[in-house]
Amino acid sequence: MEDYSVVESDILIIGAGGAGMRAALAALSNSSSVVMVTKSVLGKAHTVMAEGGIAASVGNVDSKDNWQVHFSDTMVEGVYLSNWRMAEILAKEAPERVFELERFGAVFDRTKEGKIMQRAFGGHTYRRLCHVGDKTGLEIIRTLEDQIIHKNVKVMDEIYITKLFKSNGSFSGAIGLSMRDGKFYLFKAKALIISTGGAGRVYKITSNSWESTGDGLGLAYRIGVELQDMEMIQFHPTGMVYPPGVAGLLVTEGVRGEGGILTNTKGERFMLRYSPEKKELDARDVVARSIYYEIQAGRGTEHGGVYLDISHKGAAFIKSKLPGMYMQFKEFAGVDITKEKMEVGPTVHYQMGGIRVDAETGATNISGVFSAGEVASGLHGANRLGGNSLADILVFGKRTGEAASAYVKSAKIKAPSEAEVKQAIKEVKSFISPNKKNAKNPNLLIEQLRENMSSHVGIIRNEQDLQKALSLIEDIKSQLKDVGVSGTLVYNKGLLACLELGNMLIASEAIVRSAIMRKESRGAHTRSDYPKKSKEWLKNIICKIGSDGNMSLSTIPLKEMPEELKKLVKPEVYE
Amino acid sequence: MKDKVKISIFRKDPATGEEGHFVDYEVPVKEGMVVLDAVTYISENVDTTLAVRWNCKAARCGSCAAEINNRPALMCKTRIDLLGDNIKVAPMAAFPLVKDLVTDVSENFEIDRKIPAFAPKEGLESPWIIQQMDVERTKEFRTCIECFLCMDVCHVVREHKKDYVGPRHVIKAASLDMHPMDTLDRSKYLNKEGGLGFCNITKCCQEVCPEHIRITDNAIIQEKERAVDNYYDPIAMLLKKLSKKSE
Repeated sequence: MEDYSVVESDILIIGAGGAGMRAALAALSNSSSVVMVTKSVLGKAHTVMAEGGIAASVGNVDSKDNWQVHFSDTMVEGVYLSNWRMAEILAKEAPERVFELERFGAVFDRTKEGKIMQRAFGGHTYRRLCHVGDKTGLEIIRTLEDQIIHKNVKVMDEIYITKLFKSNGSFSGAIGLSMRDGKFYLFKAKALIISTGGAGRVYKITSNSWESTGDGLGLAYRIGVELQDMEMIQFHPTGMVYPPGVAGLLVTEGVRGEGGILTNTKGERFMLRYSPEKKELDARDVVARSIYYEIQAGRGTEHGGVYLDISHKGAAFIKSKLPGMYMQFKEFAGVDITKEKMEVGPTVHYQMGGIRVDAETGATNISGVFSAGEVASGLHGANRLGGNSLADILVFGKRTGEAASAYVKSAKIKAPSEAEVKQAIKEVKSFISPNKKNAKNPNLLIEQLRENMSSHVGIIRNEQDLQKALSLIEDIKSQLKDVGVSGTLVYNKGLLACLELGNMLIASEAIVRSAIMRKESRGAHTRSDYPKKSKEWLKNIICKIGSDGNMSLSTIPLKEMPEELKKLVKPEVYE
Repeated sequence: MKDKVKISIFRKDPATGEEGHFVDYEVPVKEGMVVLDAVTYISENVDTTLAVRWNCKAARCGSCAAEINNRPALMCKTRIDLLGDNIKVAPMAAFPLVKDLVTDVSENFEIDRKIPAFAPKEGLESPWIIQQMDVERTKEFRTCIECFLCMDVCHVVREHKKDYVGPRHVIKAASLDMHPMDTLDRSKYLNKEGGLGFCNITKCCQEVCPEHIRITDNAIIQEKERAVDNYYDPIAMLLKKLSKKSE
């Protein structure tokens, strides 16, 4: 009997969030055959959690807005670490991607003239975020899902890819376990698009859903794909802090965008001190640090947060503009935000770093491997602007789908050897070991890892804590061979935890090693022992698997920005 | 507040051929705890073979639908402190069981595939001009998180599945029918192939909807009436005939 079934296509897409689905549509319209696999059920991807909106300089509310300002905002708030070409592409192409989404059937909120409504968001010069209440991500997912369902994309959901294969230096296939029936599938394709989202769940307090375990990072890293800027982890300023069961759950920046005010327990509007001009609507790294300092100084609530208040806007306004938030607080915390203050604190939200890609095509350093969305990196530099990720997934999802299609026209299908496939299946099965003595529960190690990351690799970092984090990661790594669970291959979450742990460790190690290497404070990466920004560090940190199997780090200086773009951005200032 | 809570969870692995049964567990209580916290506590610490599906734990994705004390609900949104001492969690009964609390909901995508896709008017200049008032008409239906609780509670779906598409898919059709730029009328499909006539308006679906969508009032009844207006109204039928004759 065969151990596995074979599924063949031009392009394999791993991950069915906004980036993966947009890439699939682009690949289809360039007449490639597409198989899309996802570890969740179709339509449940983390994109549904995106709330505030999609950044595009359509200028419906503030007519002065244009791509040049959007470009400049992205570069400045990314603290000049962004790939300028990606920022330029995003700023120029986002408006058309929004209009196209509308033609696909998405229904945005409108202005009085009937144009797409836009709201203010942190770090954006103008009101720029096209939105659907506070459920913009859901609208995007549902709209793309509708397109996918009615087109010829083979969607295979609840499949967990356990390994990628490479032969003669280029991508040759992937093996995955179908959770619903416990069967293995070998995916043969000419090209691969990795759009698996982030790794927020390596932290204890996070707004990320179950899926965000850095699977794409781990899979890609193991076949030699380069990761970059992994130290850049975005802490969203406002997550719920109470009750404990929902700690970390996102409170959309839309609350501040619509006029919400942050105060400490003394009743002071403290953002006036940290950022007198932009106040609550400064970039996320600034607001998150300010809240952190307030709590450290003892001006935080008993649950370790600060207050966020929108009640002065009135019930009708809040219920129409922020219906999700109204419901979330009412049902989870018993708080009526039309009358009461919310309690909020920073929560891990997004990874700016990830797979290093070519700005134009999403191609990686391994031939046949492409990447888009949160798992890819470059656009957001040292700090992502709210709304830029939804623009990112559409703009670069489309480009990557097109580039992969162009690539497959001249590529041949390859396949891993039978022995490689058998070995990969064996590796998965080896975690199911009812007879293994003292098998360790993977969930306990995951919990240790998450505790470790939250306490040692947080908003403010230092050498000592980072070294502690690294040695704990090494320790957990050495225990990976001892983890095991009972049960079968069918819907075994314990087995999945064993497999995810491997990827979470790669992501965590890359975050910590890069954070140790970057001896400066820039954007989301703040070091108390190197509090200043340094011109020397205007470079990307690259993590790659070495020939000895260990993680090796190097740096690549940023490319010089062309003159015509330089003119648009105020020059970087160093103290 | 008590330190511990007792919770009974339905366990069944169809591969073994064994009958399903409830197993009792004791779980430490935390403030503000929801049913999903208790279930994931068990699956992570007590028995890692317990199958459960969840994603966002924020009532945004609709993955963790189940029957809690015989009532369809999201596990992530049901607080333990409101349930009392006897907590029973079972999988949705309207869908084939995969294992324990996990069901196979993939048939819903097959149904969605049959509902005619969004078909905008031709020759519209992009970007479109749409009034907020028209957005509001369709907005409610677009907040559906596809948890399929409405399908689970529907007695027609439970007993005559193949004959009726079910509330979720009426919502889907309504969200497209009421899209300001759409040109189709899906009520004909719903009332013929879709079996909407089987729905006898018991409103159970809108009672369990975690997004509080008024499924029956605003979608099902509208689609039923639209079909009646278009295809069964005697005056309209007569007018149609006459206008055809005069052509």
